Amino acid sequence: MQLEEKLMSSFVAFESEVDTLAPVHDVREKALKSFEKLGFPTKKNEEWKYTPLNTLLKEDFHIFSKHDNTIEFKDVKQYFIHDIDTFKIVFVDGVYNSFLSETTHEGADICLLSAALTQSKYKKVIADYFNQMAAENDAFTSLNTAFAKEGAYIYIPEKKILEKPIQIIHFSTGNDAALMLQPRNLIVVGKQAEVQIIERHQSLSSQKVFTNSVTEIYADQRAQVDYYKIQNDQEEASLIDNTYIRQEKESHAKVHTFSFGGKLTRNNLNFFHNDERIESTLKGITIIENKQLVDHHTLVHHASPNCESHQDYKGIYADTSTGVFNGKVIVEKEAQKTNAFQQNNNILIDDKATINSKPQLEIFADDVKCSHGCTIGQLDEDALFYLRTRGIPKKEAKALMTYAFANNVLESVQIPSVKSRINKIIATKLGVDLGFDV
Amino acid sequence: MLSIDNLHASVEDKSILNGISLDVKAGEVHAIMGPNGSGKSTLSSVIAGSEEYEVSKGTILLNGEDIEELDAESRAHKGIFLSFQYPVEIPGVTVTNFIKTAINASRKAQGLDEMPAKDMLKKIRDKANLLEIDSRFLSRSLNQGFSGGEKKRNEIFQMAMLDPKLAILDETDSGLDIDALRIVANGVNKLRNENNAIVVITHYQRLLDYIVPDFVHVLHEGKIVKSGTKELALELEEKGYDWIKKGA
Repeated sequence: MQLEEKLMSSFVAFESEVDTLAPVHDVREKALKSFEKLGFPTKKNEEWKYTPLNTLLKEDFHIFSKHDNTIEFKDVKQYFIHDIDTFKIVFVDGVYNSFLSETTHEGADICLLSAALTQSKYKKVIADYFNQMAAENDAFTSLNTAFAKEGAYIYIPEKKILEKPIQIIHFSTGNDAALMLQPRNLIVVGKQAEVQIIERHQSLSSQKVFTNSVTEIYADQRAQVDYYKIQNDQEEASLIDNTYIRQEKESHAKVHTFSFGGKLTRNNLNFFHNDERIESTLKGITIIENKQLVDHHTLVHHASPNCESHQDYKGIYADTSTGVFNGKVIVEKEAQKTNAFQQNNNILIDDKATINSKPQLEIFADDVKCSHGCTIGQLDEDALFYLRTRGIPKKEAKALMTYAFANNVLESVQIPSVKSRINKIIATKLGVDLGFDV
Repeated sequence: MLSIDNLHASVEDKSILNGISLDVKAGEVHAIMGPNGSGKSTLSSVIAGSEEYEVSKGTILLNGEDIEELDAESRAHKGIFLSFQYPVEIPGVTVTNFIKTAINASRKAQGLDEMPAKDMLKKIRDKANLLEIDSRFLSRSLNQGFSGGEKKRNEIFQMAMLDPKLAILDETDSGLDIDALRIVANGVNKLRNENNAIVVITHYQRLLDYIVPDFVHVLHEGKIVKSGTKELALELEEKGYDWIKKGA
């Protein structure tokens, strides 16, 4: 396969460019070997059965950007949450952009992975956390590790409650036709520390772009992590997002994934429990149309007693779009008194839209509460009629019902500006102006 | 106001309305009674513009205009209001935001600007008082977790806000205890005037003690089989619907 060969042959050139510590070099080499062995997944792979990659992987992507890609804030302001004060870590075509960023080393490290990988003061953190839980048997994760060079590095020390959210934004300019990006984020949240993060991948042109992203998040004892992924990209942008979260005792990690755009979006969201009384929340709203595809593969690995996980994914599919939800919950023998809930509700707007929904529960403990529910239906005609008899036109009525359908997920968004932004994106997608936030 | 002539309607080839004729003038209250399955709710849905039913014959005129081709929202803009037997829950949309959206949609359709926020608030407060609705209720999600009484009160609150020319109240008394019934009926009575008309659809006579009709019609197998004044309702209560069924 063309892209695969190209990546393999680019590795030496890539390694010669980066000045890094020996241990990371070893990690990269090992990951490359692993990728070589695995190869890109095909349709025969059960995990990729409904998400065909052949068209994407046939593309002749550039692996390194060759241009000087400066962009002006005014041109990209709309992609930021800009009505509140935030830290910002911004990349343009994979390269850090200091002009658009606002980083810090005061009280917490909110900076770049390239710095963390190369500077000796971060050596211990990198040794302790970098690539410690990223899956070895996943081709895309291995590939990302092999080429890991840049991304966000966030270290929140013990008891630090970060007062401002952090935005991680990856722009692609389209100056290189067909660019492949492999951002790598490492986020370590110390004991009793709290952080809110908003992540976005945004193409600024109609050129093809393929992002293979890996994020590792460690939530130490009683840490609180509140993470938002806003996926509303251009038609030719594809994203494979691999996120790994390891939680320690009494920590709470929440990830909201809002998928509204892009050609192909695959979210591999993995939670691992390492101690007791942990809470994990995974929620998502997907609204897509045309030939778009959004695939949510979630995994919650309950390995200790008295932990909880809550999953709630809502999807609305129009035209010939395709949705995939594969929710895997593993409850180990030791994980007694586990509460694991999973909900996946879908609305198919058109006859040719598809959703493949698959709950996968593997339960080895006997004293647990686990539930899953999946529904697939259409917008309720009676409800639509009710709204229309109040004088609300069909389009607005459908929009109101969409909000009502997605409301459970919107409700738990903790940052009002993010909630308001999601509201606006949904309103724009549905072509309505309701004049209020729901 | 409303003039229905020889109306036939069916759903999936099943004929439900079989030639209904009804004249409702401004200032009048009409009650339509009938046993279950007689077509009462279908009639109200068809007047309000439901696309579920096929009108095969007959006409519905609103102030002389044939409304057959109009969709539900356009009929609402022309002043038709239907109070539902089972109002729909809309989580995440408050009663206030919902009614604002509805009012401004109607205004927009009539080429008017949005109602100024101050006027809107005042109107909401006045109409809420009329139906003894407190402000906390207004910031709850529409119909979500509402009791039967709250749902119906909310329906009449919407009617008060939208100020329709023709209001059809479909089984507004179902699910109401006597206190809620009194509040709802009282609200409806205060909204009655010489310029609007109300059609009350009900199975039982009880509601008509509170909302006193000028005319009562009995529906059976999709046809009006008997019409009269309010005394007819009392007679029905006494003799039951079998009396009508036998007569038909």
